[in-house]
Amino acid sequence: MAKLPDASTCYELLAKMTLIRRFEEEAGRQYQRAKAGGFLHLAIGEEATIVGTTSVMRDEDYLIGTYRTHGHAIARGTEPKRVMAELFGRVDGTSGGRGGSMHIFDRENRFMGGYGVVGGNLPLAAGLALSSEYKGEDAVTVCMFGDGASNTGNFGETMNLAALWKLPVFFLVENNLYGMGTSVERHSAQTDLSKKAEGYGITGERVDGMDVLAVREGVAEGIRLAREERRPTILEAFTYRYRGHSAADPEVYREREEVEEWQEKDPIESFARRCVEAGVLGEREVQGTREKAEEKVMEAVEFADASPEPALDTLYENLYVLDSEAGWYAVDERSPEPHRGEDEEHMPDAARELAEAGAAYAGQPDGPRPNPAEHGDAQEGVEPEVAEEGGDSPVAEEVEEQGVAEEVED
Amino acid sequence: MATLRMREALRDAMAEEMRRDEGVFVMGEDVGVFQGAFKVTEGLLEEFGERRVRDTPISENTIVGTGAGAAMAGLRPIVELMTVNFSLLALDQIVNHAAAIPYMFNGQARVPMVIRMPGGGGHQLGPTHSHSFEALYLQVPGLLVACPSTPADGKALLKTAIRDDNPVVFIEHESLYGRRGEVADDSEDEVLPFGQAAVRCEGGDVTIIGILKMAHVAEDAARVLSNEHGVEAEVIDPRTLRPLDLDTILESVRKTNRAVVVEEGWPHGGVGANLAALITEQAFDHLDAPVQRVTGADVHMPYSRRLEQAAIPHEEHVVKAALATLEGSL
Repeated sequence: MAKLPDASTCYELLAKMTLIRRFEEEAGRQYQRAKAGGFLHLAIGEEATIVGTTSVMRDEDYLIGTYRTHGHAIARGTEPKRVMAELFGRVDGTSGGRGGSMHIFDRENRFMGGYGVVGGNLPLAAGLALSSEYKGEDAVTVCMFGDGASNTGNFGETMNLAALWKLPVFFLVENNLYGMGTSVERHSAQTDLSKKAEGYGITGERVDGMDVLAVREGVAEGIRLAREERRPTILEAFTYRYRGHSAADPEVYREREEVEEWQEKDPIESFARRCVEAGVLGEREVQGTREKAEEKVMEAVEFADASPEPALDTLYENLYVLDSEAGWYAVDERSPEPHRGEDEEHMPDAARELAEAGAAYAGQPDGPRPNPAEHGDAQEGVEPEVAEEGGDSPVAEEVEEQGVAEEVED
Repeated sequence: MATLRMREALRDAMAEEMRRDEGVFVMGEDVGVFQGAFKVTEGLLEEFGERRVRDTPISENTIVGTGAGAAMAGLRPIVELMTVNFSLLALDQIVNHAAAIPYMFNGQARVPMVIRMPGGGGHQLGPTHSHSFEALYLQVPGLLVACPSTPADGKALLKTAIRDDNPVVFIEHESLYGRRGEVADDSEDEVLPFGQAAVRCEGGDVTIIGILKMAHVAEDAARVLSNEHGVEAEVIDPRTLRPLDLDTILESVRKTNRAVVVEEGWPHGGVGANLAALITEQAFDHLDAPVQRVTGADVHMPYSRRLEQAAIPHEEHVVKAALATLEGSL
């Protein structure tokens, strides 16, 4: 068992994990209130893997992840309120409301993005690492992905390239045992994912992803190998998401007992207990992390709620980097006026009117959002019902006929 | 000025930009030791070394994704895909990532990458090596699309593409690599802004718009129209499809009142379909005839030379289409 670090490090680790847990719980609640839309993938249960990893990274290192990365950004230093505002689709969100839950990004903290396509971040990680190598910089790229991504073509291609070019990249598989609803045994012929890149010359280790200190040790060594020896490796961290794949997951593929079994190994509670038993932290400090997290998360909700909706005339902003470009970049087929590059930042009136007409379908900024499943002519003018707890998901993704998202936790 | 083949002009563009900017590098399948499947990167490895001219494994999606990641961190990769067909293997990184990243992260990241890809038919390479996907890339917001037809344009547009901060799909035509033309040399540092069409020849009777190899076919057709039918065609090469110099096209159509669009790609949802819609929307009152499209046949490119030639547009097709717009007024 890994040795406990000093008290302030222990406090820091516990505080971050607690903050992420509380943030995710609240995000789930806000989703049920329809404040957040789209898909929502929560990392409750996976906090030790996230925080263990980021806690041994340098500021200059790059982190790149998946569509389940609210916590990764927060662990990297992004303010929770900016992540929450992104979930709410507001201007103060990390991507100004353009990315949503699956596409959190924070350049300042070198969190290089959440990505919605499984395995899509792997080649990008190789590219970030290539830039460090090319420029002779020390930075290492940490690439996190799920067990499901190990089956994509990108996995094999990227492992090969990273090993071939000796790139300063470190791969961490967040193995939460399921690629959406398909268990590892049912989706991967090689179930030891740490061995899956051996044929490419990339060796791997396995670690208890519920133990923040074990993750730290494993990641620190992987980063060292990448930084000092230009040797990419894989660490497979066993972890577990307590909630469904997304908020719209009926969880027919696993037993409640399995979830409860993992919850007994809770990464936050077990670490807090260990710190208290060793006398490194007191009960009051542990309680303090919960109170601080509560405060921060409530502040985040308040901030996100108060943040304005994106202005409609920003619809085309940042689609292109425009300097003195001429010609038609966007020819919006809804618009009677084609959209010139040089006018990109100034939406023509006709396009603005169309945007306004479309945006009216979004409902009131502060009210519940229309349920796309219920939206239709027959429902015109009818306010959709929004369940407070464990009710219908606003999105029917991945849900079969029952269309009900069960809450695992109370 | 010097007389160069298209492949040499493109190579010079890359070499000049690599000398100018340490952040510019080339990667792709067989771009180094082999010097490119079509010899476009000839001499680059010798001059710049393996760090900046990187042979890659055959992993298209990862080559493009690695380029995108490097671009996000400040480099300026030129990624060569061996043919347009193989770019389909990289479509996820081109569309879901390179094109989307600047927008979905609200400007926090840029992807200044050029993806070069040769395509087109005419060499009996059959159904998996002869595509024309201009229309496919034209459709994607966030991408710029260049399709040069002359060595001078190829060089000047590629230099612009390398300096641009947006991801650029740079489409080359395999049949044009050996074509010669006058090209500006390094000391002139000629760049060509995107979104400026070239009027290849002036005329008042019908506007013919052609891209890549079809820009030349359009010019050939214009000569036949003039010599044999007394019809003076105005030939326009848009040179870039995104951004598009619609002004020049519309100005010409307002003068000639007739338009023909020539491309090698498939007819459904093609470049011609797009331009026909734009012209109809923007200049309906000026049109004296429906816009005509001349496209490749709606089939996978056959191997047989006879069938392949039957599937590719030729000057006679263009002449016929132009005359069709003039029916009744000759």
